[in-house]
Amino acid sequence: MQNNDTLIQVKNLKKYFKVGRNETLKAVDGVSFNIYKGETLGLVGESGCGKTTCGKTVIGLYDATDGNVIFDGVDINNLNPKEKKEFTKRAQIIFQDPYSSLNPRMTVGDIIGEGIDIHNLYKGKERQSKIYELLETVGLNMEHISRFPHEFSGGQRQRIGIARALAIEPDFIVCDEPISALDVSIQAQIVNLLIELQKKKNLTYLFIAHDLSMIKHISDRVGVMYLGSLVEFTRSDEMYKNPLHPYTKALLSAIPIPDPNVERIKKRIPIEGEIPSPINPKPGCRFASRCKLAKEICLKVMPPLVEVCNEHFVACHRVKNS
Amino acid sequence: MNSNTGICEDNVILTDDMFERIGTKGLSSEQINKKSLTYWGDVWRRFKKNKLALVGLVLLVVVILTIYLGPLVSGKNYQFMDSTAKDLKPNSEFWFGTDEMGRDIFTRVCVGGRISIIIGLCCTLVMFTIGSLLGAIAGLKGGLIDNLIMRICEFVGNLPYLIIVVILSMVMGRSIFSLVFAMSLTSWVGTTRMVRGQILQIKEQDYVQAAVALGANTKRIIMKHLLPNTLGIIMVTITMSVPGFIFSEAFLSYIGLGVRPPETSWGALASAGQQRLMFYPHELFFPCLMIVATILAFHLIGDGLSDALDPKLRK
Amino acid sequence: MNDEKILEIKNLSVKFNTYAGIAHAVRGIDFNLNKGEVLAIVGESGCGKTVTSKAIMGLLPSPQAVIGRDNSEINFCCKNLLNLNETEMTKIRGEEISMIFQDPMTSLNPTMKIGNQIAESIFIHDNVSMQDAKQQALKMLELVKIPNAKQRLNQYPFEFSGGMRQRVMIAIALACNPKVLIADEPTTALDVTIQAQIMDLIGDLQKELNTGVILVTHDLGVVASVADRIQVMYAGKIVERGTVDEIFYNPKHPYTFALLKSVPKLSTHNKDKLYSLTGTPPDLINPPVGCPFAARCKFGMKICRVKFPKATNFGYTHKCSCWLHHEKADTTGVPAQLLQGGVTSAK
Repeated sequence: MQNNDTLIQVKNLKKYFKVGRNETLKAVDGVSFNIYKGETLGLVGESGCGKTTCGKTVIGLYDATDGNVIFDGVDINNLNPKEKKEFTKRAQIIFQDPYSSLNPRMTVGDIIGEGIDIHNLYKGKERQSKIYELLETVGLNMEHISRFPHEFSGGQRQRIGIARALAIEPDFIVCDEPISALDVSIQAQIVNLLIELQKKKNLTYLFIAHDLSMIKHISDRVGVMYLGSLVEFTRSDEMYKNPLHPYTKALLSAIPIPDPNVERIKKRIPIEGEIPSPINPKPGCRFASRCKLAKEICLKVMPPLVEVCNEHFVACHRVKNS
Repeated sequence: MNSNTGICEDNVILTDDMFERIGTKGLSSEQINKKSLTYWGDVWRRFKKNKLALVGLVLLVVVILTIYLGPLVSGKNYQFMDSTAKDLKPNSEFWFGTDEMGRDIFTRVCVGGRISIIIGLCCTLVMFTIGSLLGAIAGLKGGLIDNLIMRICEFVGNLPYLIIVVILSMVMGRSIFSLVFAMSLTSWVGTTRMVRGQILQIKEQDYVQAAVALGANTKRIIMKHLLPNTLGIIMVTITMSVPGFIFSEAFLSYIGLGVRPPETSWGALASAGQQRLMFYPHELFFPCLMIVATILAFHLIGDGLSDALDPKLRK
Repeated sequence: MNDEKILEIKNLSVKFNTYAGIAHAVRGIDFNLNKGEVLAIVGESGCGKTVTSKAIMGLLPSPQAVIGRDNSEINFCCKNLLNLNETEMTKIRGEEISMIFQDPMTSLNPTMKIGNQIAESIFIHDNVSMQDAKQQALKMLELVKIPNAKQRLNQYPFEFSGGMRQRVMIAIALACNPKVLIADEPTTALDVTIQAQIMDLIGDLQKELNTGVILVTHDLGVVASVADRIQVMYAGKIVERGTVDEIFYNPKHPYTFALLKSVPKLSTHNKDKLYSLTGTPPDLINPPVGCPFAARCKFGMKICRVKFPKATNFGYTHKCSCWLHHEKADTTGVPAQLLQGGVTSAK
């Protein structure tokens, strides 16, 4: 199913934010993965784990503090403005909040056409018909072109956001929690649309979410992030059948299942406490403070991400031994 | 009969035909029924509801029409001295009376008003242009440039305004130009700070990031995304600062730093009238009336605008 | 379960005056809450579920919101809450009926210590000294399982994470031992792991204190473990209601069916098309005549656009308003699950 052509290579990516005099927020701290052409890579984790920062750094919205993002053989951190503009034509993003992601002063036509204008792709009549075509692709109709964002519902706005990203025909789209602000009946609509577009246009997705059941559905491979680093990384079916990291296990057990009988007998694996602050994190495994299996070594040494079985990577001292 | 709320009507006959499957044919759940309303259309709708703001708007239109059409109607020259008609009380020929040199005060108030309002508008324009550009650049670029602009702001903001005006009017001579220059030299600081704050807020919005991701350059981001979204607040500041400049001009003319005779302005007229307040109060009253009316009008409009633009009240 | 009604809503309708016209947010709904049960109200944003809960609390913004007073009733302990004045309502709010909101970040006063905020609500309603109120506050924090409760009492809201704040909100809401707790999307703003914790907490406390809970949510999955009964709202109307098992295993309304089907199961195959609804819910300013779901329903018939269907009974607790259950309905292609076991419409 995969042709193993790597489209994006992320190597030891770090993104720190300065938050005070001597305080650094390590949003992303040494993350490495590949994304193959035409696949969907899921990134999952709780809020504050750095998944959104990671996605935005991958398409160059943030400058990486350290490490490389190599897109189709080119490091995107060393681009001149012209090359950068070329790169933006190939990599796009869909945002989480359908309310703040559309400029309230622009018509839907101008919002979708913005990329076309910036890259001078089409003019006049051609531009118009391209926008109509995009509106139709995302299931809206022609009369919506002159409307303003506030007249639409959340799901419709999200589809406008998708149309905007598609307008310049990118190869790669970062979907930053595109469904978490939407109603359940609309979520399926958007996910179906994304999957359909991927098949039609051979798109590559980096799909960021905190909803594990959706991530499982849409992704080929999944990475679980905790406090700025990847703790587990594998094919999505493997992840759900055979989770190895204690954090992944707990996350999986917390998914609410729409089946009362299953829910009633299900034993949750509780996680004590809450996600610690990413500002000046302690050494050792990031999850150690909440992990039941933590031993001395976990508090001292940060476990590396190692392959335990075929294409299944885990960063945990305790997994290697068992 | 209550079909709107969907309560059953028992008079519908449940024939077999009624149960024919039609699916969603002909019905579009994507339809928007509301009539399209642009942002400014929406603002105008709310502005119109505010009676006081409308009064302000009407008042302003009346004042502007008066000062531009007034001299044509009265048919007098504002410099013509009629030595037979000095210090007259308001009457049917001289509607606002005459001054000590026999000039028609109504015509002089109109002509002076033109200068006052032009000075007010010019200063605001300069202030708004410099302020919003610098503010936008500072907010958008951040870092060193932001720091530099903010330090310049602090420096300019701390210059003693009156001394600058005195020095400039000495160096450049007393003219409208030097007055506008002197007044707007220090005024843009507030606007810069305000626009910068706004930009810092809006810059974090996803739609700006989306534009960056689409490859938009700085100019496009400022012109298409940042400025249109700060325009609301800028509009309020503009309407609120025009009267401030009219006041400043009046004040400067009053202390003798304003326009040079024979040109006149409301401030100069008030200054002249003040000396003769005891015997001829109308010479002070009419210029002041116009100043008050104009400033009140601008403030009412500004108030109405800020209510109309307040996103919290939007539904 | 005992069937003692503590809250009875009759023919409630709420309208909002907006510039574009009158929005019919809630259009004549009836339901009861029994003592000590968890009732979930499920529906998409804008379906009127939050408006319903705010109407019960008397928290609707006036003058924009108008409750159809002529025949609407909210009966609580033999009193119609709609006839009470503000002073009487304040007494009921917090003491008899309390509410927790979606956003735990903005519902707490940032300049007041957590302990004082809890103690204050006890102090206002119960006739106790401030000292006793503080003792009670400590007990409440322990009840909602906040570790180191004693130290936490003296901290400010910014020192609490989202999940912890929601626990504090629950502690405040339960401080006066209310008979009814309304939880409006209590977990939507929280992470999955925290969400599970909060849901479990609400479930446990409800059993412990025997409080009646109205749980408002858009996510059916969340309520599977805690709810006793579910009612599904669409465009200001209740389209289906029943026990949890009835709704989950035997949905009778195409909308409920779609809601359940559109969630990917861990067992479904990757990238299969999910069962999904097209379009968006109707605009409530001009609500459609007939069934509001008709514009998104594959099985729509002519009658659906003319008349809102009467409820069909499926046993004692399960009711559904859909024309598909009429004896004359065209049922070709309708999933068998939607049809079986139905007692045809009373009419």
